[in-house]
Amino acid sequence: MDKSEKYWKINIKYVKILLTIWFVFSFLFGIILKDFLNEFSIAGFKLGFWFAQQGSIYVFVILIFVYVKLMNNLDKKFGFKK
Amino acid sequence: MSIQSWTYIIVGITFSIYIGIAIWSRVQSTKEFYVAGGDVGAWANGMATAADWMSAASFISMAGIISFAGYDGAVYLMGWTGGYVLLALLLAPYLRKFGKFTVPEFIGDRYYSNNARLVAVFCALLVSFTYVAGQMRGVGIVFSRFLEVDIDIGVIIGMLIVLFYAVLGGMKGITYTQVAQYCVLIFAFMVPAIFISIQMTGNPIPQLGFGSELISEHSTYLLDKLDNLNVELGFNEYTENTKPLIDVFAITLALMVGTAGLPHVIVRFFTVKKVSDARKSAGIALLLIAILYTTAPAVAAFARTNLLETISTKPYSEIPQWFKKWENTGLIKFDDLNNDGMINYSNDYSNELYVDRDIMVLANPEIANLPNWVVALVAAGGLAAALSTAAGLLLVISASVSHDLIKRVYYPEISEKGELIAARISAFFAVCIAGYFGINPPGFVAAVVALAFGLAAASFFPAIVMGIFYKQMNKEGAIAGMLVGISLMVFYMLKFKFNFFGGGSVDDYWFGISPEGFGSVAMVVNFVISYIVMKFTSPTPEKIKKIVDNIRIPEYE
Repeated sequence: MDKSEKYWKINIKYVKILLTIWFVFSFLFGIILKDFLNEFSIAGFKLGFWFAQQGSIYVFVILIFVYVKLMNNLDKKFGFKK
Repeated sequence: MSIQSWTYIIVGITFSIYIGIAIWSRVQSTKEFYVAGGDVGAWANGMATAADWMSAASFISMAGIISFAGYDGAVYLMGWTGGYVLLALLLAPYLRKFGKFTVPEFIGDRYYSNNARLVAVFCALLVSFTYVAGQMRGVGIVFSRFLEVDIDIGVIIGMLIVLFYAVLGGMKGITYTQVAQYCVLIFAFMVPAIFISIQMTGNPIPQLGFGSELISEHSTYLLDKLDNLNVELGFNEYTENTKPLIDVFAITLALMVGTAGLPHVIVRFFTVKKVSDARKSAGIALLLIAILYTTAPAVAAFARTNLLETISTKPYSEIPQWFKKWENTGLIKFDDLNNDGMINYSNDYSNELYVDRDIMVLANPEIANLPNWVVALVAAGGLAAALSTAAGLLLVISASVSHDLIKRVYYPEISEKGELIAARISAFFAVCIAGYFGINPPGFVAAVVALAFGLAAASFFPAIVMGIFYKQMNKEGAIAGMLVGISLMVFYMLKFKFNFFGGGSVDDYWFGISPEGFGSVAMVVNFVISYIVMKFTSPTPEKIKKIVDNIRIPEYE
């Protein structure tokens, strides 16, 4: 396998993991499990409601910056970046 | 000083800044006109993307919609932010590496076909025109409400400003005005939100404030109070869903995928210096968007609580001054059905109060008794949000015509100078058409704007993603997928929104999914059709596979 293929494979692995987290915090916690999670509260927030209107958005921001960091390291490792 | 004087001053200052930037950023080349020369920094692009993205709808309408929809409002909050994850992970870096000017250009080149290019141009124009008409209307509305000029004159003032910096400065002018507009709009949104959060809960951070206890009633959480008030008046609990969850799921997905497929958002990532900057600026853009998007649900909850407490079941003779002022604009209506002099607000036939959703942001500072300059700031923020989005869309329209149609299909011999003139002329006509729709809004605009996302999800997103991640995907597959996807979406929209093809009610929705969420279904159909058609047609040429290999790795820096 040449260098570019290896690079691409690792990239795909990162994307799969991060998109799974993306799905879990928005669609799973914010929508599918909303009724169940709404039985719990943190401060004045019902938990399912909080994930749907707040938590998922924070996770989205973090996910992109994690990807940026991972890919910058990967670019460096493969010599695509000084 | 009066609200109106403050508004003239603040709007005047911000408009002078936009015009100053336009004069400073005049462009000479098509590369500057289409992609700002391709050397915008990651932070500048992040700010410009955030302003480009947050439209009059995000700034003026979203908090109000959430305030009436409660939990269901999450479809917009997650849908219009989660798409950036898709954009950063699946699209932006590769499209930047591809390094051309427009989205139809990527589709035309990757699928080695001018037919694919034309289908993409058609989709881009359809999506952008429906979207831009709403923006110009938004400009007119803000002008008319705060400066008491005619809506039409407001639209024309907005047109002139956009015309000036879009025609003169192209993408470069648009980028740097958007940076300024982001600053204006976020400041204008946050100041009243922080004030109100402190007033109601004592917490200066609105995101935490709406999960805190009320100052007026000790040891009662604001959201619990709101749930109770809602139930008392016959509404659904604020923190629970009214739409079926499957529809919430479908709408959220359609908005996310649509966001990632909107040409005016994607094209912003063509303007940065390098691939790593495309990823980084997607993160910065979402961070800056998230500031407003996490505040909006707080504003929604504050505004609804305030409204229910100050208006509902109060005698009309004792209502505050702002109520009467906004009554004049028709955004609040009170009709004393049972002649008892009390305002009866409820979820049934006895309701006597009509409240327009937009008022939740526009009148919020007055409802909370904030100083006049804050009210004026909201006007400037609304204008910044509408103008920045309109300009981004107009650039997509002008580039589709001058670059994709003229340069790449019908008249390839055109000189660079000629293309730049064509770009400016098409920008001029695009502004005029947008202004026309702003002044004479066709009834369907509001319905179609929400569906622009469905159209983008059903057409662009699958074609671009497969173009990058699936080398075998050929032109026949991609074209068939886009055509079937967008036709299905248009069919569903016409059937259930406009009563064509026999119409139908909520009970007839396929899988219980509304037209707003149907983009997710149409997207899946696009993927499936593309795959099947590809299996029966000729394989992708080797030359194209090499191009795909090349866009998958970042450049050597």
